[in-house]
Amino acid sequence: MRLLTIIIFDGLNYAATLFLISVGLTLVYGVLRILNISHGGIYALGAYMATWLALWFLGVGLPAYLSYFMLLAGAVIIGLVTGPIIERLFLRRIYGSDQHIQLLLTFSILLILDDSLKLIWGMQPMFVSEPYTLLGQFSVAGIAYSWYHFLLIGVSVVFGGGLVWLTRGTRFGKLVVSVINDREVSLAIGINVNRIYTLAFTLGALAAAIGGAFIAPTISVAPGFALEVVVLSFAVIAIGGMGSLEGAALGAVIVGLSRALAIHLVPELELVVIYLIMVLVLALRPAGILGEEELRRI
Amino acid sequence: MNLLALPRAALIASAVLGVAPFVVPSWVLFILTLALAKFLAVLGVALFLRAGMVTFGHALFYAVGAYTVGFSAKWFGFREALVLVPLGALTGLIAAALVGLIMARYRGVFFAMLNLAFSMILYAALLKLYWVTGGTDGLGAGTPTFLGALLPRDIFRIAYYYFALVIAGVIIYGVYRFLVSPLGYFLKALGDNEIRIEYSGESVRRVVYTTYVLSGALGGVAGVLVAFTVGHIVPEYSFWIQSGDFVFIALLGGFESVPGPLIGAIAFEFIRTYASKYWPEGWQILLGGIMLLIILYRPGGLWAIYESVAARFSGRARGEAGA
Repeated sequence: MRLLTIIIFDGLNYAATLFLISVGLTLVYGVLRILNISHGGIYALGAYMATWLALWFLGVGLPAYLSYFMLLAGAVIIGLVTGPIIERLFLRRIYGSDQHIQLLLTFSILLILDDSLKLIWGMQPMFVSEPYTLLGQFSVAGIAYSWYHFLLIGVSVVFGGGLVWLTRGTRFGKLVVSVINDREVSLAIGINVNRIYTLAFTLGALAAAIGGAFIAPTISVAPGFALEVVVLSFAVIAIGGMGSLEGAALGAVIVGLSRALAIHLVPELELVVIYLIMVLVLALRPAGILGEEELRRI
Repeated sequence: MNLLALPRAALIASAVLGVAPFVVPSWVLFILTLALAKFLAVLGVALFLRAGMVTFGHALFYAVGAYTVGFSAKWFGFREALVLVPLGALTGLIAAALVGLIMARYRGVFFAMLNLAFSMILYAALLKLYWVTGGTDGLGAGTPTFLGALLPRDIFRIAYYYFALVIAGVIIYGVYRFLVSPLGYFLKALGDNEIRIEYSGESVRRVVYTTYVLSGALGGVAGVLVAFTVGHIVPEYSFWIQSGDFVFIALLGGFESVPGPLIGAIAFEFIRTYASKYWPEGWQILLGGIMLLIILYRPGGLWAIYESVAARFSGRARGEAGA
């Protein structure tokens, strides 16, 4: 019983992290139909920028509670800068191209972003602990947890809920749905499709950066974790169904819980379990649990 | 058509590469050997690119080939190049035959990302099972023997280069035959329209699976050759950056043709040598930047540039207006 509690707790913690890293990827895929491999680079940039800003902020002796806003500010800056640049300069030119061209292009951008990080912030790992330790700890079943993990779960619930509201309950969301379903008809009825694409991609970039920023205090930010994030978040959204927000949440919970199970019961399988689930789900339901089957073109 | 231009280009290329050991300094020879070896792995990646599929995980088979050498040297002290090259092809082939069972079902992003996932699993395993694989320290390959004979260092370098050249030549011929076989044409058609392939009575899965197994064997051979060239085998052989390099080389040289990847591999090794000397921090920026330029402006890579130049010259020689 005690073990079960711990597993559920760890699993949910991890699920929050996974949801934050993958929601942007599924959003961009849902609207643009492009698997944005540079997502990991934006995530890492967000993490670095937020950590750097928070460290600078704490360094000049300003109140530590405000460091949370610095994390957010760092993420917003990165999201609003990288999103429009990448979409306008590069993605716009390959919307009609084959899938492999789109993958290669976003992969090139990932390589560039990954190295830019090292040029800007150097090879040394960076770590800001204040946002993490500030909230204190509590214990469940004899194991100490930081309240920060609750904050992460909160952030992901609020963020996910916000996105669902944005796509279901607002005018912008209705325009997006229209563009997803039929680009040409949307153009014909006067929707600025290019603007919707830019906004959607920027939103995805913002999500990636916010994920990076709030996860940063729980890990140490070091070069080279950009691609890991792409692989992991792809696994999550492939399990849940690519392009679906609920799918990302479901995928995150499934992967989070099974990883926690693996860690506590068969630690050797920690890494493999995610991919095992992915292969299993894709074998049974190729479009993911909540995904819609895409018709093959003739 | 690219394939028809092959014989003349092949003659020129083999003449140039054939005299290279007596003309170039030894560091260039080392780079050429490395390029020849990696070219084979790139060929496997290029086959899929022709079909409109991209794989970010073919370093998996490359690592399988390299560790075949590593384990053979570590456990049995066995370093016979003439045996280990076919053995590497076999282990690569077996690995691809297993992974391919899953992979042949997927296309597009799933194919790319699942390949990536599998290669990263192997990478993690190679790191964690350090009592077998040596972890980050890796394994030593040592100097290979030819028919049991250990050649003196200077002669070995040249002999090994020719060995790699002959293997590359044999494989180029094999892949060329594959591409002009019905299966090869179906592979090309895969990127255009899958369902029509099935209308014509061929199983798409069989086409993909056969290509996958072939590309695995190519990766295995490349791994063996590189292991002996570099002499040191590390988990990075299976890392995503390695797979990314293969994709990059295929794009740089031009994946539509057989010689394209070879040109790409040679160019890549030279770019890398100079980049690591003058701008090591910006290596990936350079790669990404070149890749962006190729994708957006010159999708055919270096080979297409060569072809357009050659076409202009031959057109002028025959008194035709440049088409």
